[in-house]
This record gives sequence, structure tokens and C-alpha cells, in this order.
Amino acid sequence: MPPKSASGFREIAHTADWELEVWAPNILGLLEQAAQGMYDLIAAQISKERRFTRQITLQFIEPEDLLIDFLNELLYLAESEELIFDHFHLVIEGNQMHAKLVGAPIKSMAKEIKAATYHHLNIVESNQGLYANIVFDV
Amino acid sequence: MVNLQDLIRVNRYEWEIPKSHRPDMRVPVRIFATQELLDQIKGDKSLEQAVNAATLPGLVSPVVVMPDVHQGYGFPIGGVAGTRLPHGIISPGAIGYDINCGVRLLASQIEFHSVEKHLPHLADSLNRLCPSGVGKKGHVRLTINELNQVCIKGSRWTLRHGYASDADLRRTEESGCLEGADPSKVSKRAKERGRQQLGTLGAGNHFIEVDIVDQVFNQPAAQAMGLTTGNLAVMIHCGSRGFGHQICTDYVREFQSAVKRYGIELPDRELVCAPLDSPEGKNYLAAMRCAANYAFANRQILAHFARQAFEETLAGAVPNWHLYQVYDIAHNMGKIETHEVDGKLIEICVHRKGATRAFGPGFSGLPAEYRPYGQPVLVPGSMGTASWVLVGTAESMRRSFGSSCHGAGRTMSRKKAKKSIWGEDLRKELQARGIHIRAGSMAGLAEEAPQAYKDVDAVVETVHEAGIADKVARLKPVAVIKG
Repeated sequence: MPPKSASGFREIAHTADWELEVWAPNILGLLEQAAQGMYDLIAAQISKERRFTRQITLQFIEPEDLLIDFLNELLYLAESEELIFDHFHLVIEGNQMHAKLVGAPIKSMAKEIKAATYHHLNIVESNQGLYANIVFDV
Repeated sequence: MVNLQDLIRVNRYEWEIPKSHRPDMRVPVRIFATQELLDQIKGDKSLEQAVNAATLPGLVSPVVVMPDVHQGYGFPIGGVAGTRLPHGIISPGAIGYDINCGVRLLASQIEFHSVEKHLPHLADSLNRLCPSGVGKKGHVRLTINELNQVCIKGSRWTLRHGYASDADLRRTEESGCLEGADPSKVSKRAKERGRQQLGTLGAGNHFIEVDIVDQVFNQPAAQAMGLTTGNLAVMIHCGSRGFGHQICTDYVREFQSAVKRYGIELPDRELVCAPLDSPEGKNYLAAMRCAANYAFANRQILAHFARQAFEETLAGAVPNWHLYQVYDIAHNMGKIETHEVDGKLIEICVHRKGATRAFGPGFSGLPAEYRPYGQPVLVPGSMGTASWVLVGTAESMRRSFGSSCHGAGRTMSRKKAKKSIWGEDLRKELQARGIHIRAGSMAGLAEEAPQAYKDVDAVVETVHEAGIADKVARLKPVAVIKG
């Protein structure tokens, strides 16, 4: 079980890859915490000079699919456009999530993640909200 | 949870988790390890992951686990599984995101003592000419049409464009090109990522290492490979970069619904799979082969620039500064191969994730000069320790789908490594031992510290004594380029 703060993330020991525990009151908060936790793992620093906005829409059936698709989308944007986001405006309508991502170019990034994986991924509901453990291939 | 009492000791180097261990296992799990290595393996979830892998449909015989095994994200790293054609499955997660991650070894006639003083410059030159680090772009930029050609031709594309020689291709697994690659099965997004990264090393555990041939154990085989005690060699470890990562990501996502369509129940969603004869299975296999060919080409171009670095630094200092290809092997791959199962030769799809093909003597796909000895097996160590050259054996064909180990295998978590090891201290410590380190990230270097890995000599001793590979030569690093 995660700590009792309303939302957050922490790294869990994993022999070869990275594992992140994330928790938040609801699914949108969970997505945001997972994104911040992932950026923390790769030690991403952003340039303060220019701001960029990207809009994405993701289709999903299960919330776990949405979580993995969202993180892999962010990894793609980090590699292809060299952008990291620090503000997330997320809205779910039916089986779609619309995201307005606000961020800046990468100044430095110490480490690389290949992908967010489905390994034993399960978004669990507790009295405090939702939590999940995500394993990233490094 | 797998406990020690669940394991049956077959002999000093081999253990079994029987099929009866869990009702959903379709085959047993066979583990190559000594008691000491097994105690380390028990420290993480490797064996639970191997048991999960043993539930995949269409497995023909036990899932095999190598002594360098460690916990991964579904299928264990250091696992091998064979599935029957045509209805058995193919699983992208059992091959990995870094499709055809592998190792290339180049030999030289350069005596270490004659170039010792040039090593810092050589390390600088390698670091400059071979782009490494997070998301790095390479010297070779491709149009989409050119990328499609790389997908289809692999190392043959590099030969045509002046990055390779005929001898390089001859001494590459599958001559650096898997047939059946189809770029139309690769997403636009994967191609966008792949266009700019050919000829790049990447980050994480990937590296270029300059070694000294420290000790030779099999003189005739070492001689055939051009490995002489005291001479330099170069090892390149990398894979298919963002191109392969995206292909795996795309198909793991697509297969989430495929398993439901085919009624496949799995203990872990990362093990998603599809029958080899299904449209989904065929599409993945064709896309995976594109990434495999991209990775062969990637290591070939890195070898070209490594040769440039040697020429730039050592031409004039030594009479022969050339680097000769020893071999290039994949350790994350799914391949259709013929193996003997229950006394019959059948075609199977061998999933090797963190395991090296190790075909024995006489294999017709080997260059003639290697056929008497078996296929070279390249086992990188962990920066400060040894790397190894082995050869496959007839016994590996019988007991491990012609496979052997792929490295030392991690034993310490990245979290613990970065808390207990300071990258700059490690760099200085290795420098004091005569190992020149060039690293893009000190934090990344700390996570890859030798202390985070098992004893590679113990891993190699295990596969040697178990009979699934034979020792040829031990290499010692003198310069390491890390992303």
C-alpha cells in the first residue's frame, strides 16, 4: 500500500529495470503522477526559455491501457521532439482521453527508458484512491 | 513464489521446476546454475517469471533459464522458450523491446603494450565518432525508402554503402540479414524513430569496450577467430534503438486484444502473444525481422566508426591498426529454427531473451573456419570485470535449444546501485585500475557499476561445466564508452 499523502510516486527496487509505485485520488491524477515519476527516473531537466503545447487523444477500454499508452506517448515525444511536459490538462470523455500537454525542450536527460510495460500492471482502488505499480524497460 | 524445495537438482549445474509446481504450467523449467548462483537468482522474481513463461501455449519442451538470469518485465532476462509451428505462439515480450540487442567482437593484431599511451586518445576518438547517450542521433540519416531497405537487407545495406566488408557479413549471425522482413508491418512512428538513430549506441547497459585478450583456453578456436593473448579487441553491445522499442511497444499493445480473440489466458499481460500462423503473429514476425536487420546494420556502422577511431589514433603508431570481425550475435530474438524434439526434427520458434544462440560444431550456417569449433558466443562483462568468448556445443543443441548465457546478469537493483555508488568515484576507481571510462551520464554509470552484476567468471564456468558452451578466451577491459 502507498503512503497516505493524497498523491505521489516512489521508486521500488527492481533488479534490472525501474519500477514505480504511483497513487492519486483518481485516474487523471494517477496519469499525472506516473508521468512525473517517469520523468524523475530519467532525470529530465527542461529549458526554461520556450514553452510548447501538444494535444493528444488516446482511445482506451481499460484504464491500464490508458496508463501505458499515455506514458509511451510521452516517451515518444521525449525522443522524437525532445519535449518534456510539466503541466497536464487531462479530460476523459467516454472511452477517449484528451490531453493538453504543456512543457519545454529537454535541457538534459541522464537516462533512457525503452518502454512502459504491462508487467503485473493493475490499477487498484483503495480507500485513499487509486494506486498502481509500473515497470519500465531500461 | 518459487522456494528451494520446489526445485529438483538434476546435477551440480542443472535444476528443474517440475510442471506440477503450478497447475497452469504447460512444461517444466530447466535452470543452469550452481548452488551459489541459484542463491543469488532466488533474490529476485526471475524464477516466478520463468514459471509464468512456462504457461505460454505451444511450448515444445522446458523453458530454459541461463545462470545470468535476472528479473525482467514478464519473461525473465536469460530465458529461452521454443514454440511449435504452426499453431504455437510468438510473444513480443519474450523477445524484448530492444529487438536483436546483441554483441559484436572485433579482433586486432595490435599489442596492448605498444599502444598503452594512446589509450586515452583512442577512448576520446571512439566516444566522438560513435554517438552514444540518451536519444542520440547518428551520422547516418535515412529517408523512409532507405530505412525500408535497411529493414529488408540489414548488413547487406551497409556493405553496399561502404560501411562493411564481405568478411564482416560472413562472420555475422545469419550474415546480418533475416529473410522475411516486411517494412509494411512497421508503424510510421517506429520508422520516424529509426530514421535518425542508425549508427548510435544508446544508453543503459550498452557500450563499446576496448579489451586485451587476457587468457586463451582453446588455442585452435582462438586462432581461427584471430584472438591472440596480449592483443587488443573491441566489443560493441547495442541493439535496434528506438526503432525496435517502438515495434515492440506497438505489438504488445495490439496483442492485448489478440489474446482475447484467440482465447489465450496468461498470468501476466506483458506475456501477450498470438499464434505464429495468425495474421497478428505473422505481422509481428515480419516487423521483428525488420528491427533485427536494423540492429545488425546498426552494429556494423558502429564497427565502421570504431575502425575510423583506430585509424585516426593508431595509424603510424603501429604497423597494423585494422580491426577484424570475429562475430556478431543477437541475444534478444525470435527465430524459426529446426531442433530435435522427442526424437524428431521439427521447426520451432525459439524465443531468446537475454540468451545467445550457441550452435555446435558442424553447423552449416557458420563460416567454414569456425565449423570445427562451433559458433562464437560473446559474453560481455560489466566494465570492470572480464568479458568472454565461448563456442557453442553439440550438447547445447540437445539441452538448451542451442543457446547459452549472454552476460554477467544483474544482481543489485538500480535503486540500490545509485544510492550506494557515486558515478565519479567509480570512474576514478576504474581509471586507477587502468580502465579509461567515457560516459555521457555519471548517474547512468553508477547504475551500471560492476558491483551491480554477478561474477561473470562464475556464470561462464557454469555454462562451460554444464556443457552448453566451451571457453575460448577471456578479455579484460582497458577502455569503455558508455551512453
